[in-house]
Amino acid sequence: MTEAIVIEGVRKRYGDKAALDGLDLTVGRGTVHGLLGPNGAGKTTAVRVLTTLLRPDAGRAEVAGYDVVRQADRVRRRIGLLGQHAALDEELGGRQNLELFGRLYHLGARRAGARADELLKRFGLADVGRKSVKQYSGGMRRRLDLAVSLITEPEVLFLDEPTTGLDPRGRAEVWSSVRSLVDSGTTVLLTTQYLEEADQLAHRISVVDHGRVIADGTADELKARTGGDRIDVVLRDAGQLGAAVALLPVPAEGVTVDADRRLISAPVTDRMKALAEVLRALDEAGIEAEDIALRRPTLDEVFLHLTGEDHRVKEAV
Amino acid sequence: MNTYALTDSWTMTRRELAHWARQPVQVLVGLVFPVMLLLMFGFLIGGGRGVQGEYVDFLVPGMLALTMAFGLEGTMLQVTQDLNKGVIDRFRSMPMTNGAVLVGRCAADMLQSAIGLAVLIGVGYAIGWRAHAGAGEFLGAVGLLLLFRFAMLWIGIHLAMVAGKPEMVQAVQILVWPVGFLSNALATPETMPDWLGTVVEWNPMSQTATAVRELFGGPGGEAGHVWAAVVWPLALVAVFFPLAVRRFGRLSR
Repeated sequence: MTEAIVIEGVRKRYGDKAALDGLDLTVGRGTVHGLLGPNGAGKTTAVRVLTTLLRPDAGRAEVAGYDVVRQADRVRRRIGLLGQHAALDEELGGRQNLELFGRLYHLGARRAGARADELLKRFGLADVGRKSVKQYSGGMRRRLDLAVSLITEPEVLFLDEPTTGLDPRGRAEVWSSVRSLVDSGTTVLLTTQYLEEADQLAHRISVVDHGRVIADGTADELKARTGGDRIDVVLRDAGQLGAAVALLPVPAEGVTVDADRRLISAPVTDRMKALAEVLRALDEAGIEAEDIALRRPTLDEVFLHLTGEDHRVKEAV
Repeated sequence: MNTYALTDSWTMTRRELAHWARQPVQVLVGLVFPVMLLLMFGFLIGGGRGVQGEYVDFLVPGMLALTMAFGLEGTMLQVTQDLNKGVIDRFRSMPMTNGAVLVGRCAADMLQSAIGLAVLIGVGYAIGWRAHAGAGEFLGAVGLLLLFRFAMLWIGIHLAMVAGKPEMVQAVQILVWPVGFLSNALATPETMPDWLGTVVEWNPMSQTATAVRELFGGPGGEAGHVWAAVVWPLALVAVFFPLAVRRFGRLSR
């Protein structure tokens, strides 16, 4: 048994909308797998099926070797879930939360208490353990949420958009916690709208859209398929856009022009070389640039590339 | 059901009690509000339209029943809050007895109602109400009130799951008032227009109020209502308990 998660042809409909439309996925033990997709792609529905919260209409899903429908109780004993919204009792204190859930995992009073103290310390929450969760910052809440998910040292941990709504500091905190978990051998399924997050944390990434996987691979493989990094050039004069596009030393394929923002965006392979060449070319032609930036492709661009159709994805920034 | 059903239910009940300890003011307000109503109706508005005998002897049992009816709002609010937070997903993704969530709610609400009854009875005594009854009848009356509250509890849980959002609770809260007052809690049906009097007499809460008045030996009591005060709540539970449990199970659809 080397697969921690197996999903075969899982379907789930809400009314006439298919949230999952024949999803297939396998995740190897001890790896971090990213599910990347826009809002409404079916990521959360997939997590809810895998964590036994939702019954699939069709297909088969196994977690840690057990069927999520027929052996739900066994699955529940082996998983941890960090959902999109803090799954905590907001009225209670941090320690009370850990103790409550520890008891519900049937650790018994003494072990639940000891485990609570241990986790508070590990997640840097020991001095706020008595405070009500309502008074916690977003990052603290997320850490406590993660601590609760780890009470039983789950075999498989589900992280559903774990950093949505967090400030950069909170995000960094969650990322470092996830990394240390992975070092201890936990399998992680991570959903995210941010390519960067999947890139930072996941060994493999599956891109999900309309309830099915449309591409998968390592972050590097996906990025290579999407054309890797991009260079954005904002000109001072919109009238020079045409001239600038013609002389830029980048392949014409994949160049986009946004006249309103006086922006040219183009894929690059060698970041620094491309930057130097673009600067030189503009300078020689006497075209003034207001801004030049190198960046990762946005989720929009990944999707445009992978699906070849227009997606109404919000800028993932 | 599994071997942990009892432990889990107890853990969930303790969770509710821990909430009380965290929010003593809220608990206090919950206890004081019916007392305030009692005093208002007893001294400000009262007069006991059509009541034979002491109005306070009529009013206190009525207020006890009304308080049990209003308990529905509290239950609804708590359940919708739990449902709307991610915490319910946590419970449902854990190897715990799922029903323990409802049992905990039930135990805590019943305990709170019992305390509320005790406070209200105490205040009733202080303002001159007396039960003209033996210990058995007294306990029987309290039992009927709690049975009625138990029915309100399952209606509350079911409505909370149907309504879903805390915003909807407000709508129900507003509706609980006319339903609560469309009873004989504060005045006798004889003083009302015929059609209204009929509605009022059929209100299950009126049955409980009348039976309790009978057991306490005060005005407004009529023989033969104890059965109705047992059967009505049981019938409501028989309808709403399975509905609520089924709704809870359907969260996975």
